[in-house]
Amino acid sequence: MAHATDDLVADDIGEYLRRHEHKSMLRFITCGSVDDGKSTLIGRLLYDSKLVFEDHLAALEADSRRIGTQGGGLDFALLVDGLAAEREQGITIDVAYRFFTTDRRKFIVADTPGHEQYTRNMVTGASTADLAVILVDARTGVVTQTRRHSYLVSLLGIRHIVVAVNKLDLVGYSQEAFDAIEADYRSFAGQIGIEDVTCIPISALLGDNVTSRSANTPFYDGPTLVQHLEEVEVGDDGPGKPFRLPVQWVNRPNLDFRGFSGQIVGGTVRPGDRVRIVPSGTESTVARIVTADGDLAEAASGQSVTLTLADEVDVSRGDVIAEAADPPSLADQFECHLIWMGEEHLLPGRPYLLKIGTRTVGATVTHAKYKINVNTLEHEPAPTLELNEIAVCNISTDRPIPFDPYSDNRDMGGFILVDRYTNATVGAGLLTFELRRSQNVHWQATLVDRDTRARSLGQRPKVVWFTGLSGAGKSTIASLVERRLHDLGFHTYLLDGDNLRHGLNRDVGFTDADRVENIRRAAEVGRVLVDAGLVVLASFISPFRAERQMARDLFDDGQFIEVHIDVPLAVAEQRDRKGLYAKARRGELVNFTGIDSPYEPPGSPDLHIDAAASTVEENAERIVDYLLEPGVLRG
Amino acid sequence: MPRLTHLQQLEADSIQIFREAVSESEHPVMLYSVGKDSSVMVHLAQKAFYPSRPPFPLLHVDTTWKFRAMYEFRDEFVGRHHLELLIHRNPDCVEQGVNPFDHGSAMHTDLWKTEGLKQALDLHGFDLAFGGARRDEEKSRAKERVFSIRSAQHRWDPKQQRPELWHLYNARVRPGESVRVFPLSNWTELDVWQYIHLEEIPIVPLYFAAERPVVERDGTLIMVDDDRMPLAEGEQPELRSVRFRTLGCYPLTGAVESSASTLEEIIQEMLLTASSERQGRVIDHDSSGSMEKKKQEGYF
Repeated sequence: MAHATDDLVADDIGEYLRRHEHKSMLRFITCGSVDDGKSTLIGRLLYDSKLVFEDHLAALEADSRRIGTQGGGLDFALLVDGLAAEREQGITIDVAYRFFTTDRRKFIVADTPGHEQYTRNMVTGASTADLAVILVDARTGVVTQTRRHSYLVSLLGIRHIVVAVNKLDLVGYSQEAFDAIEADYRSFAGQIGIEDVTCIPISALLGDNVTSRSANTPFYDGPTLVQHLEEVEVGDDGPGKPFRLPVQWVNRPNLDFRGFSGQIVGGTVRPGDRVRIVPSGTESTVARIVTADGDLAEAASGQSVTLTLADEVDVSRGDVIAEAADPPSLADQFECHLIWMGEEHLLPGRPYLLKIGTRTVGATVTHAKYKINVNTLEHEPAPTLELNEIAVCNISTDRPIPFDPYSDNRDMGGFILVDRYTNATVGAGLLTFELRRSQNVHWQATLVDRDTRARSLGQRPKVVWFTGLSGAGKSTIASLVERRLHDLGFHTYLLDGDNLRHGLNRDVGFTDADRVENIRRAAEVGRVLVDAGLVVLASFISPFRAERQMARDLFDDGQFIEVHIDVPLAVAEQRDRKGLYAKARRGELVNFTGIDSPYEPPGSPDLHIDAAASTVEENAERIVDYLLEPGVLRG
Repeated sequence: MPRLTHLQQLEADSIQIFREAVSESEHPVMLYSVGKDSSVMVHLAQKAFYPSRPPFPLLHVDTTWKFRAMYEFRDEFVGRHHLELLIHRNPDCVEQGVNPFDHGSAMHTDLWKTEGLKQALDLHGFDLAFGGARRDEEKSRAKERVFSIRSAQHRWDPKQQRPELWHLYNARVRPGESVRVFPLSNWTELDVWQYIHLEEIPIVPLYFAAERPVVERDGTLIMVDDDRMPLAEGEQPELRSVRFRTLGCYPLTGAVESSASTLEEIIQEMLLTASSERQGRVIDHDSSGSMEKKKQEGYF
């Protein structure tokens, strides 16, 4: 590797190491459309910083001859195209991270594809970047994709933009072309609030103004791309901000030491500083900043440390240790920008897991206000969100979380949504502000509680949740079970899906989103009835696992009994007492479970009833037997 | 407050990854290969949990064919640092005496390492394993996540990999699935060497040049580390000043001729010479997609 500082390496390796062990790091993202030459630029950066090893170079030469696009000349793009499948397709389909280094900085490059459908990747790459290099083809100028990329990087909080006007060689190194693109871009950037813009005329293929100044652009007297990347100051997330440390891990090696480990995501801290623990609100004073290299007199954003406090206070993972005078807000309802990353679309009302900082809570999108068209920045109606779509939404969490607006602190305001069943990361969000609603609605404490009511009824309140296909026999069986329990002296109530749809759920249809809302309401009613001390028999198709889980989560452990009334689709369809399957087959009924809408069977129901194998009476009796076991309905 | 240097920032981010992984898993383990990246990982783990000890054991998936100096270093290292070490040797391989000479390098590696690793993870029920892989090692790794999800069969499926935003890692898995976590993802080979230099991290002496008995086969210098190495008719080990840029099974690891006997000289030599790190590994020398294939099969 013939390094740029060959001489120093050869003459005084000690001095070289001293210098290089103290350089800083910059993370940036490159964005461009398919033919803007992005891979070529990154390949060029790696090549020019002499970080391409000889064996890689040999592979590059061979690949260039075999599949290159430069007529057998070196195709730098091949240095960075990764997975075999995509190399054949000639496009990059995921975020790749590249590394190069100069005498002054180490660089981590998030290399993201620019196609329309890959918003997900660009947002991911931008989330950890301090700066964005946006490529513009000198022949085409600022195009729709340029605007989209600029919007996305500014949404993600990147404040420094480099516009690399590429392929200048193909327009004869024309100053007019460059000036026109620069003017065009600056006027657009101003509209979306991007202030720090640097435009550089380059040719990634030929190397003009990439690492060395080009004689072909006498009109340009600014820095080369690499020079700019080496010199730009991006430390604006730093010390001026209030101190924040999300606690990752409680450090207890022995009874005498109790520390709180985490990475500082804002401000600075010193021993003696007054801090507040959020959400508990307890205050204390920082006693020590502990690291394996000795205690520190001060620590700042970016550092991983362990704090000890002067008082014995209760702190756990997920809490934020914050500057006492300027703590983060605490809320459970927010407005946010949400970028959808799941293959399955968003369902408002469905419970997801939300991870912010080191805290994971349950969350639902209560209302998608509008989608943002990333090409036109226009607002569009948003009943739901598909992969790669962005919307402004209201979101609510199942308990209050500490946060700062994303625009103030990326790590305190950025979150991911996780699907509760696949565990996939399905969304990324930026908290904008808290909604005041929840603060003004307080929980009214009552003098008689659930246990008191249950005792006076002499039973253990439960909800028995019947799920299964339409026509499986849920309601018939549930009704028989209720009759039996009633005869035995239990206080019961039967909640039936069809019946609820005549009243409380009259305004709810059968789309996926409506089914979620239908179950949410039914489960909430079930909760009220259980609170009243009753044994509730709830009969709902409830086709989605996530909503049955949501219902279960409303109750205490053991209070929710899931019964799967299982019949093969063919059997249910053959019975078809209500004639619904026939209608659905004729296409007169859409979103019918089992026909054109899925049924997700329970993985491990509390009780599985093979309903086709026995009579409804026998099935009801089995359920009653289960409920009469000691500890279920009776103490 | 001065800006963090790149090594301080890499260190702080790796520590964050260690703490996050431990907090979000039930039964974590660190894969320990005895190489320099493993030394750096242990060093970072010690820093991450100080003054506690790292709350997980190390797992060495052994092949019985490592250099003797590696076994010596390993035992001394874990003893000195009071680390819990689990050693797994694929019992089928032990029984059949699988070795690189009779079975070939690919089968040897697959059975001892890939299969052995799966066995060990299943045996102990680990749901999260730290590995030392870096994104700069090979093109196909540039897109690898820090938290990489593996199916119950230990397979890597590109479609199942999760987007990673900010410092938010999603380690949730279903029963049987597991996570591989790579705290060194954003380090380069040069970063690792600089960090070893700066932090004075102990590494196996094989990385330093010394006179060692080698034979030359297909242009690769192989060290004759013990008498299990069959020599061809007339083949005579000769003493040459060599060192190793990467460590593995001795019959499969090429040495480079060198006189670099200090860390500074190693880094100097690395900066002035011209082949990348993995070139010394015989296993990578097949088709260009080989790394990716191995990943899918669960090699890492």
